[in-house]
Amino acid sequence: MKQQIQFREIDGGMRFYSLLGFIGLFVLAGLGAAYFMEHNGHHVTGMTNQIIWGTPHVFAVFLIVAASGALNVASISSVFGKTPYKPLARLSGLLAIALLVGGLAVLVLDLGRPDRLIVAMTYYNFKSIFAWNIILYIGFIAIVAVYIWMMMERRMNHFTKLAGLFAFIWRLILTTGTGSIFGFLVAREAYDAALMAPMFIIMSFSFGLAIFILVLMAACKWSDRPLGNLIVYRLKNLLGVFIASVLYFVMVYHLTNLYITEHHGVERFILLDGGVYTNLFWFVQILLGSLVPLALLYHPATGKSRGWIGIASLLVIIGGLAQMYIIIIGGQAYPLELFPGMEVTSSFFDGGINAYVPSLPEVVLGVGGIAIALAAVVIGTRVLGFLPVSLADDQVDPHHAA
Amino acid sequence: MSDSANIDTYRRRFLGGTATALAGLSVAPGVFLHEVARARPADEAVTSDVRWGMLIDTNKCANGCNDCVTACNEEHGLTGHGRPETDAQWIRKVELRDKQTGHTQSLPLLCQHCEHPPCVDVCPTGASFKRADGIVLVDKHICIGCRYCMMACPYKARSFIHEDLQDQLPHAPRGKGTVESCTFCVHRVDNDRTPACVEACTAENHNAMVFGDINDPDSDISKQLKQHSSRQIRADLDLNTGVRYRGI
Amino acid sequence: MLNPMQKILHILLALSMAAGLLPASAWAGGGSLLPVVPEAQDRFSETQGCVEPTDEMRRNHMEHILHQRDETVYRGIRTKQYSLEQCINCHVSDTPDAPRYSSEEHFCNSCHTYAAVRIDCFQCHADRPVKSSNPQTLSGQMKSDMQPSALSAMPHQALATEVISHE
Ligand code: SF4
Ligand code: SF4
Repeated sequence: MKQQIQFREIDGGMRFYSLLGFIGLFVLAGLGAAYFMEHNGHHVTGMTNQIIWGTPHVFAVFLIVAASGALNVASISSVFGKTPYKPLARLSGLLAIALLVGGLAVLVLDLGRPDRLIVAMTYYNFKSIFAWNIILYIGFIAIVAVYIWMMMERRMNHFTKLAGLFAFIWRLILTTGTGSIFGFLVAREAYDAALMAPMFIIMSFSFGLAIFILVLMAACKWSDRPLGNLIVYRLKNLLGVFIASVLYFVMVYHLTNLYITEHHGVERFILLDGGVYTNLFWFVQILLGSLVPLALLYHPATGKSRGWIGIASLLVIIGGLAQMYIIIIGGQAYPLELFPGMEVTSSFFDGGINAYVPSLPEVVLGVGGIAIALAAVVIGTRVLGFLPVSLADDQVDPHHAA
Repeated sequence: MSDSANIDTYRRRFLGGTATALAGLSVAPGVFLHEVARARPADEAVTSDVRWGMLIDTNKCANGCNDCVTACNEEHGLTGHGRPETDAQWIRKVELRDKQTGHTQSLPLLCQHCEHPPCVDVCPTGASFKRADGIVLVDKHICIGCRYCMMACPYKARSFIHEDLQDQLPHAPRGKGTVESCTFCVHRVDNDRTPACVEACTAENHNAMVFGDINDPDSDISKQLKQHSSRQIRADLDLNTGVRYRGI
Repeated sequence: MLNPMQKILHILLALSMAAGLLPASAWAGGGSLLPVVPEAQDRFSETQGCVEPTDEMRRNHMEHILHQRDETVYRGIRTKQYSLEQCINCHVSDTPDAPRYSSEEHFCNSCHTYAAVRIDCFQCHADRPVKSSNPQTLSGQMKSDMQPSALSAMPHQALATEVISHE
């Protein structure tokens, strides 16, 4: 007979409230930063008429991309029928919604007119990929919510696979849509690549899983629930595969760009002489964010240690943020090529590398977005049974010989 | 009398009156297409019979001259805040130097009023739009300040308003948190005048800028476009810009 | 704090005003509870103060302005009757010490404060008459048969008489 997995909400009490309070501080700080930016106008940020999208967008896009990736664990269990992942499916759905909400909050709070959110909801330009994304995001939240409900409600269980499949397809479209936001910017050389959308999908796998691993380990630890090695090792091996895939895509992306003569300038900028962007690329994205975690995850010693697996996941997140920073801000720092073969100067900073320094409110707002996502997870696991009572090896896989 | 009749027409139309009121117009619609363009009554909508365009002759554009920029700033009340990175610029002078030959040139760059404007395509709310007569504008009433249009514009023609403003001019409303760009001086064009930059350039006898209806084969600009070779900046993007350049 | 009776009185007053029951004089000059609405600079015609009957304007001015807004922005229609610029020109004094929208003495805000209405018009639009360097931007339909100078001197009168003559 198949063993029934038990789920229960986490306990309230001091630990719960102090954690929530701690996260709440960051949420409040983020809201305060948004108010400060809104009240004074965006000149108090590092963003300008040259660097149009700044640090808030780095965090927002990262969170949105990670959101769809966080759903992977659920998809693997429902769509691809891998039972060991089944106890994790609910949490995976919750995390997906939470990350998306966090990312959207940052995006909205950075708008020049956040008070006009209702306008964004009521006026649609259906030619705009941005407008489509709004629909995709809202749809994602709704679909994943239904999916979670199917998993939680026993009478609905047999629809789980269908809902899971639907959510899986939706999330692929969603990430494609997010990637296309940049893909549509044909005038900017850094973004003019067909590879942008698939690269975003594979990035989402990696970032989403890294966050999932951290959240899972933390949740089990703080709620005193057993978490067996079986599931942790499975997840970390999967993460390793995803990291390697992202690395591969990044390589192909830059190689194809090197084939296109017009893109040599921007490639040179990112890979060779872009200063902070070049450093971020080689040292943070590639070394710290990809190679080091790969080594940590596959090394026989560190690969067996929870601590190191956690650090590797954290590094993947940092590397991911760096990658977003390079794509979003590095892509704007490189000047638009309006007059090939000419040296261009103007009072509007044409022809030069555009300077950008992230300001404190921007970073606080971005971190606030992460905090919103985490707060949603903490509250979610408190009110509903998202977390299994035990993830010990014999629970995850009954045939497992201890 | 025809003008008061127009008001009457407008009122009746507004109140749900029928098209028979049109009979009261002294100019039957559609008869003088170009005439309509030239002296469009205030209560008549713009049409696509007209497409406004601009031709800039860089050979006549003087190095170091900033008259068009100054005129634009005055016309729209664009005052700097001592922060060049965030101050709005609707038109700017760009200096070019050929890397091979060292030849230098200077030209004004403004919103190119593209026929297929990327800014309009990407705008999520439809705040960026193209008027029937080809002028690309931002409806600041529904702009949410997402700045996607600025990301999409190949010419960096747009500015975001980074601070609170006061004492804006009645014909150039603008405010914090929205995006703006050159309007081709739409308030002037609607009243049968040329944009402020063109006026300033002509007043100084540089005559580097011509403005007019490129759909009207008899307009000055159409004749010049026909006679001389001209080009679009980043013609490879196929945007069919309303602003063309000679001499680059 | 208001006591319940005062609250009820407030609500009744607001309702009757919305329904156009109270005469304008009582509204403008009335007791301390009512907003003090500044006088307009001009009249639309001998018989009518504003561009529509006062009751209609009180209830629906925003509809007219909104409609005009889209007509102007999208279709380039620049008639003056419902233009916000003209509202300001007539309802706010053009002296240097004229009140701003933030003040309750500003025509628009005098009532918006009272009715607890929040608008963002004046984040972008001028809240006081501005002597335009573009006389013809004010002109609209009359420009063909009037001199710009005559126009800026008496815009409303001109508009009013022409419209009235057709009614
Ligand atoms: S130049 Fe830029 S702002 Fe102007 S119409 Fe073209 S894309 Fe839009
Ligand atoms: S900033 Fe305004 S005009 Fe530009 S894309 Fe966003 S909503 Fe549209």
